[in-house]
Amino acid sequence: MALKIVKGSIDRMFDKNLQDLVRGIRNHKEDEAKYISTCIDEIKQELKQDNIAVKANAVCKLTYLQMLGYDVSWAAFNIVEVMSSSKFTYKRIGYLAASQCFHEGTDVIMLTTNQIRKDLSSPNQYDTGVALTGLSCFVTADLARDLANDIMTLMSHTKPYIRKKAVLIMYKVFLKYPESLRPAFPRLKEKLEDPDPGVQSAAVNVICELARRNPKNYLSLAPLFFKLMTSSTNNWVLIKIIKLFGALTPLEPRLGKKLIEPLTNLIHSTSAMSLLYECVNTVIAVLISLSSGMPNHSASIQLCVQKLRILIEDSDQNLKYLGLLAMSKILKTHPKSVQSHKDLILQCLDDKDESIRLRALDLLYGMVSKKNLMEIVKKLMLHVDKAEGTTYRDELLTKIIDICSQSNYQYITNFEWYISILVELTRLEGTRHGHLIASQMLDVSIRVKAIRGFAVAQMATLLDNAHLLTGNTQRNGICEVLYAAAWICGEFSEHLDDPMQTLEAMLRPKVATLPGHIQAVYVQNAAKLFATVLHGQEGTAQETSQLLIDRLPLFVQSANLEVQERASCILQLVKYVQKLQQKEVEVGEEVTALFAGELNPVAPKAQKKVPIPEGLDLDAWINEPSSESESEDEKPRAVFTEEEPRHSRARHTEVDEKELARRREVRKQEQANNPFYIKASPSSQKVYQEAPGVEHIPVVQIDLSVPLKVPGMPMSDQYLKLEEERRQKDRADKRKKKEKRKKRDKRGRGGRRADSGPESEEDITPAHMVDIVTEEMPENALPSDDDDKDPNDPHKALDIDLDKPLADSEKLPVRTHRPPDVLKSPGEEVEVAPPDPKKKSKKEKEKKKDKERKKSKDEKKKKKHRHEREEEPGDALPEEAVQLAESNEVVAPPATTPAEASDLDFWLSSAPVPSNAQEAPKAEPAAIPEPTRSPAPDASPEAPASEPEDPKETETKSSKHKKKKQKKEKEKKEKEEKKKKKHHHHHHQRDGGGDESVQNGTVEEEEEEEPLPPMSNYCLLAENSYVKMMMEDADEVCDIQGNLQDGSQVVVSVIFENKSDSFLKSMEFNVLDSLNSKLQRPEGAGPHDGLPVPFQLPPGVSNEARFVFSVQSIVMPQKLKGTLTFIVKSEDSSTHEKLDFKLHFTCSSYLITTPCYSDAYAKLLESGDLKGSSVRLEGISMPFHHLLARICFHHHFSVVERIDSCASMYSRSIQGHHVCLLIKTADQTVSIDAKCDEPSLLGNVLDEIKQTFSQC
Amino acid sequence: MIKAILIFNNHGKPRLIRFYQYFAEDMQQQIIRETFHLVSKRDDNVCNFLEGGSLIGGSDYKLIYRHYATLYFVFCVDSSESELGILDLIQVFVETLDKCFENVCELDLIFHMDKVHYILQEVVMGGMVLETNMNEIVAQVELQTRMEKSEGGLSAAPARAVSAVKNMNLPEIPRNINIGDINIKVPNLSPF
Repeated sequence: MALKIVKGSIDRMFDKNLQDLVRGIRNHKEDEAKYISTCIDEIKQELKQDNIAVKANAVCKLTYLQMLGYDVSWAAFNIVEVMSSSKFTYKRIGYLAASQCFHEGTDVIMLTTNQIRKDLSSPNQYDTGVALTGLSCFVTADLARDLANDIMTLMSHTKPYIRKKAVLIMYKVFLKYPESLRPAFPRLKEKLEDPDPGVQSAAVNVICELARRNPKNYLSLAPLFFKLMTSSTNNWVLIKIIKLFGALTPLEPRLGKKLIEPLTNLIHSTSAMSLLYECVNTVIAVLISLSSGMPNHSASIQLCVQKLRILIEDSDQNLKYLGLLAMSKILKTHPKSVQSHKDLILQCLDDKDESIRLRALDLLYGMVSKKNLMEIVKKLMLHVDKAEGTTYRDELLTKIIDICSQSNYQYITNFEWYISILVELTRLEGTRHGHLIASQMLDVSIRVKAIRGFAVAQMATLLDNAHLLTGNTQRNGICEVLYAAAWICGEFSEHLDDPMQTLEAMLRPKVATLPGHIQAVYVQNAAKLFATVLHGQEGTAQETSQLLIDRLPLFVQSANLEVQERASCILQLVKYVQKLQQKEVEVGEEVTALFAGELNPVAPKAQKKVPIPEGLDLDAWINEPSSESESEDEKPRAVFTEEEPRHSRARHTEVDEKELARRREVRKQEQANNPFYIKASPSSQKVYQEAPGVEHIPVVQIDLSVPLKVPGMPMSDQYLKLEEERRQKDRADKRKKKEKRKKRDKRGRGGRRADSGPESEEDITPAHMVDIVTEEMPENALPSDDDDKDPNDPHKALDIDLDKPLADSEKLPVRTHRPPDVLKSPGEEVEVAPPDPKKKSKKEKEKKKDKERKKSKDEKKKKKHRHEREEEPGDALPEEAVQLAESNEVVAPPATTPAEASDLDFWLSSAPVPSNAQEAPKAEPAAIPEPTRSPAPDASPEAPASEPEDPKETETKSSKHKKKKQKKEKEKKEKEEKKKKKHHHHHHQRDGGGDESVQNGTVEEEEEEEPLPPMSNYCLLAENSYVKMMMEDADEVCDIQGNLQDGSQVVVSVIFENKSDSFLKSMEFNVLDSLNSKLQRPEGAGPHDGLPVPFQLPPGVSNEARFVFSVQSIVMPQKLKGTLTFIVKSEDSSTHEKLDFKLHFTCSSYLITTPCYSDAYAKLLESGDLKGSSVRLEGISMPFHHLLARICFHHHFSVVERIDSCASMYSRSIQGHHVCLLIKTADQTVSIDAKCDEPSLLGNVLDEIKQTFSQC
Repeated sequence: MIKAILIFNNHGKPRLIRFYQYFAEDMQQQIIRETFHLVSKRDDNVCNFLEGGSLIGGSDYKLIYRHYATLYFVFCVDSSESELGILDLIQVFVETLDKCFENVCELDLIFHMDKVHYILQEVVMGGMVLETNMNEIVAQVELQTRMEKSEGGLSAAPARAVSAVKNMNLPEIPRNINIGDINIKVPNLSPF
């Protein structure tokens, strides 16, 4: 052995350490990969050695390689080994490596549970710290469940260093194991007031993180946080709290009112920019939540905007950025206050910093009005041209579209201008947003009927110049636009001046290079155009048919199924038409009828909103499913998405022709009457026909004075000018009118009307009489906007009502051995990974609980309402209000939930609800220093309110005290119960739901008949007409450590149940000691004195007491005789009674369930120190896993490994004997081969096992 | 919450990576590359905030970074963190490094990645800010270092001497004397 160590350290001398590795890598710049691979080989060698120092060094190097991108998960087991080293140096290396590369899927994590538990309870605080830090990175659901209780204990550790780490890690535990939130929360809350600032800050951190996701559950903490906010000087804590308030205020406007003043004070007083900024942010949140009903908040807004302006004007780019960010929040509710800073924001648009430009863009979105839209968009278009880098340009593009299309095109006064902008945007190179432009084109031309003529003309031009868009294959994003263009030209072909030409453009051979879905639209719409041509110009009909017949075969050959199908369909149709044409039959009408009908836009969510008819159950089977395989190939298809109008359309061929004609007529008239409607004149078309093959855009320089003939690509700028002129004209007209009116007024009433100054929004009349068709929704659609929540959000599980008192079933699993089914060798675990039945049932329970919670919440709400109602009348008379509130408080129902709710209510409601009074007497007892209180200037409602403060405060205090007491008592109880649970944890593990109470004496007899759970170790000890004693058959001390130190203690838990109608008191428990076993009595007691039972029993009540025995030899079972004496007290008399019993200590009861890994197990067996024995059980019909569970449960074994019908099990006695079992089963016969270093113990255990199974 | 902390140099070479959410190694490298790409093209006089990359986070996430000489310190955080607060935190972290390494430079980070990790562990834990008080951080780090020393440390005396020898760049001599090959039979003792 010594030699080996020497050898190890000699080896070590030549090992590389981390520094050598780094140096080596740096020296091998050319063949780094090769060098590293040799290093990894070395590391693998090092890991094979037994010297832990070598291993740690290797793991340390691996951590470095992991950073360089090498997968080191293969060394996971070695990392675990290093983690479990007793030296801090190595342990730290191990945990660091683990935190860098372990994750949910790492299977060795399950081996670490006990190691981590050991480290957590290490006397060295840095061992604990390192374990906590590591765990925070790789905690899994299993670890969280197993260790939650240990970590919770650490939250009260004496060292603040550990406390703060334990507090922080709880958040991770909550995420992985939501059930732990409620039991742990009270302690977490305590930590908010921890004396150590670091711990306090950690607690604030965790609660803020929790509350951010589910704010409503944390509303009741508002008073506490308020107190912290006004007392803390730690900016970190303040920032967190203020941020939290920002999340809470939307839920409780009254809270906002309370906050405004302290926050304003902070804004004025703080020098820390970070704090100032967060304060402004939260004030904004408050103002948003108040949005109405508080007349004097304009001052606060002004303050915020003013502070933000200072930030934006600061030379520090960071402040500028944040200023803009916060400004955009104000914008949503108070656009007016922001709009006055338009200059500043436009200035930011020119900033060299992209982040700042993007933020400024966001702001612009909210700043547009009918008046300035064109101007702003023009500015943006300039930026689009200048922009470098596609991301920013794409961002600009989407912003332009967002700005223009916002709230249903509210700000667009001239849609021709908008279409021109869209067409201009198609010239952007390499944009990803072709589909966005396309959908805008479609949307506008479908919904704005008046624009269709213009749009069609533009689209026709686009189609004609399609080669410009598709010329470069890199720019394929933009060719989506052609999809829209083709569709619009086809659908509204009646507006085309020269459908023949467009048709030709759509059938050019180059089209075949476009993506399939666009080709399909081309083909389909070519058919529509064909119909139009036939209908309108019979003269060219023959040529058109020929054109189609010539060109369509190209598409028939397409690889795209959709294109092919449509093309061949239409080709046949055209051929048929041609035949008819040759016979000189009139076909125009019929072909047109194919495509007749209006198209209505459908809202994107329309399908979703169709209410489910009554009596229809969508989840019910229509036919029972025949086999499992069928469901696999069904994939959900998105049928009704926003693409809908492109594919499916409802055609109403029955729409009568007259109606159509009438509509067309109306439209024509509309257009004719519109002076700004651009009629594509034949002359402009000719320009193109003369130069069809020109590769460049035919941007014709035209005289701006004749803008009505804009050909080709429109120039949106012209619209701007036009618009200006138009507005000026309008204004002039109006002024004239006004002047006239003025004159009239002057003449009439002496000039009461003044000039209204600059034009207001309303003055701008749209250029078109635009009819924006609203999207269709199904009748009686459900008005819900719920559908955006992510069902996979892990925080959803943490949406837990924290005010509800803890239920018994919710306690954290206490330190215990793993349930046997978890304890399998890791390899097998991966393969099998059975669904944990326990988890399932828990979930189900959770559901039930949720329901209950909901109910209770509803009730709470109702109560709240009641409170509010009660308080409302009081608002007028503040004094009464206070009293009322007081009475609420005092009479508060005993249950804690409503009490707490009313607490909050009270705290909040003490701020006078109506308007201007900002400050109010605080209900929060004492403690809150109130530097913020300003003497109310208008003394009217305020003065009386502050007077009765003192008596009230004392009152609330006392009521608080009461509550506290109650709470304390409750807590005590909980603790007791917990202790008990600790003791009986086995039962809970086995009996699934755990809803069967342990004390419940009813299980005692029938338990064994049950197939598996519930099982109980309690057996009837003795019973008479007065009392029943149940004993857990000598369970060991729960605390294993204590046990190891003193391997001779056995604890007996006895449940006493009073069966009589009388009161039982002065119970004494006494046992006749044997040589081997003695009842442990308090010092000074004689060897024959009884132990008093530490409680009395009222009728029908049961309770549990525990007695400690010291045992010398554990190889034999023991029987002890004992007596219980007690006094029965009835109303008139009291009598002494006694009850004899026999305590039976089995050998199994000396065993402790101890987990063991298969490798250690194998070593143990190989060592040859153990002596064997075996036993056969016949006629066992229970399933194998039941059998194992029984052995685990009754005899305290744990499963080491299980393969099919064979399992190895392990246990240890309190004195350290190893007991190994190998169990095989075949045809109702179970053979157990056992090994143990103490043969007589083994023999007895086997006998007991036999006994157990003979009973069933 | 902090989702990731990355330190890389002006060429994008990682010096420390710390993810608080699991990503596979190749994804981590991709994130580093993307982040470097985003951050490196920014001038030093622009703001220190970046809307997150496409790989890490999403709309709720921001990159907050500082550039010191040859190193970038990048924190990827969500909206629950205060932007300016995180900037301060980076400053605290760097100052702590400076104290612990005495005039920290890139080489310190290169050769003592593990140490940097240990320091970071006292500042941020599991994605949440643990301590912002520099003195407290330094004190805890030093106490742990002292403890390590009392245990002899990982690079205990012999190894250090050897690494000095190795630095002399003797052409592979130690490699050839493979003491491991001299077969010393050690009886396999059972632990029981």
